[in-house]
Amino acid sequence: MRDRLNQLLRRLPTWVVYGLGLLPAPWLFYQGLTGGLGVEPIKALEHEYGELALQLLVLGLAITPLRKYLRVNLLKFRRAVGLLCFSYVSCHLLVWLLLDVQLPEQIVADIIKRPYITIGMAGFLLLLPLALTSNNWSIRRLGPSWRKLHRASYVIGVLGAVHFVMLVKGLQLEPLIYLALIVGLLLLRLPVRRIRPTSSPRRQRA
Amino acid sequence: GLGLGAMAGGAQAQEALQPNSWDEVTSYNNFYEFGTGKDDPADNAHLLTTSPWSVTIDGLVDRPGAYDFKDILSEMTIEERIYRFRCVEAWSMVVPWNGFELADLLAMAGVQDSAKYVAFETLYRPDEMPGTAYRVLDWPYREGLRLDEAMNPLTLMATGIFGKDLPNQNGAPLRLVVPWKYGFKSIKSIVRITLSDQQPPTSWNMSNSREYGFYSNVNPQVSHPRWSQSSERRIGGGLFSKRQPTLMFNGYEGEVASMYDGMDLAEFI
Repeated sequence: MRDRLNQLLRRLPTWVVYGLGLLPAPWLFYQGLTGGLGVEPIKALEHEYGELALQLLVLGLAITPLRKYLRVNLLKFRRAVGLLCFSYVSCHLLVWLLLDVQLPEQIVADIIKRPYITIGMAGFLLLLPLALTSNNWSIRRLGPSWRKLHRASYVIGVLGAVHFVMLVKGLQLEPLIYLALIVGLLLLRLPVRRIRPTSSPRRQRA
Repeated sequence: GLGLGAMAGGAQAQEALQPNSWDEVTSYNNFYEFGTGKDDPADNAHLLTTSPWSVTIDGLVDRPGAYDFKDILSEMTIEERIYRFRCVEAWSMVVPWNGFELADLLAMAGVQDSAKYVAFETLYRPDEMPGTAYRVLDWPYREGLRLDEAMNPLTLMATGIFGKDLPNQNGAPLRLVVPWKYGFKSIKSIVRITLSDQQPPTSWNMSNSREYGFYSNVNPQVSHPRWSQSSERRIGGGLFSKRQPTLMFNGYEGEVASMYDGMDLAEFI
């Protein structure tokens, strides 16, 4: 079962993932234009893009734990998932800037004065270098520091979820689920230290 | 009460108001007892039983008791009021309400001289309100007004919109409308009205007092920690809708500003 799934994944070209992953962006915009997102399409579109970005963040952070614990290998698609996530965060930000807030002086004030927006912006800025270095040339060029740089995705995951928790009125359930998922996935990355009675004296000797 | 012409920022402002559509008013609602999504109330509020309905009026009144909604209606004169409605989330609508002045209802119960505040409570019936399964707020939803605010001729108890009965998602069968305050003050589906000499606790203020004050008058100069209040978006303008400036007291300054003479409105939010 698992082997067949991995085989299937190996055969699936990444361009399919990019293609399918990008489709919702123009589709949602069209929906917003034609009334499919309700009577307040600006907020709805902003929310849809933001939520897709969060889901892609969750998926991206799940790839290593999936391989480690369930031995399902999605490694090949990690770059696509990351870049798709960046695309939707960018769409989300553009809707906020151009359609929602509109007024430049209010945009600046919002980023400085409203903590959930400050946090969201910080997440976007951290995401920028990761998107720019998501290519083979950068991996060769940066060497071991590429891995270190891309660990910023852990911070970005938490910032994204906290942004969602803080922007809703009251303590709502849905954003808390995303936060729990992301924190959970990060905890799964912690090295499992097995406590074996024989290992402690050895360590002492060393 | 006053005639329709004297209402709502003078006759001119009243005439200039173009109401939103029925669809807009009834599909985009905040009524957290039915869910936190804007379309949740329209999807879930059909579960609510609104008949029979009674409103308990108690506290510092001469004739306390449970008033049947039908009996209240038979005593009141229903009129139309077209008001701006401004949500604290920086969106707005124009709604053609039908209802009667709160002052008339309070007169029916006989307000005692010692009363200074009016407290309101929404129905809390978990088996008909799926949104209450999760404690977003400390149910039942509660709101309050100072007595002079409650007696102001603009303050309406709405029983309908567009000449029809109030849809459940808009707070059937009876809700408050205080057009110069942020929308959350206009409490829905009211089952209790209590007159007291103490400022009553109110739901959003209890949940986050820094963000939601007891007064919550619409004020473009006082920024909310979460939203700038200097501008708003009228619902219904589509994907490229422009923001418009928010008016002091939501455009009802002439009718209500004198109630707050001498109060620092940046402090009493």
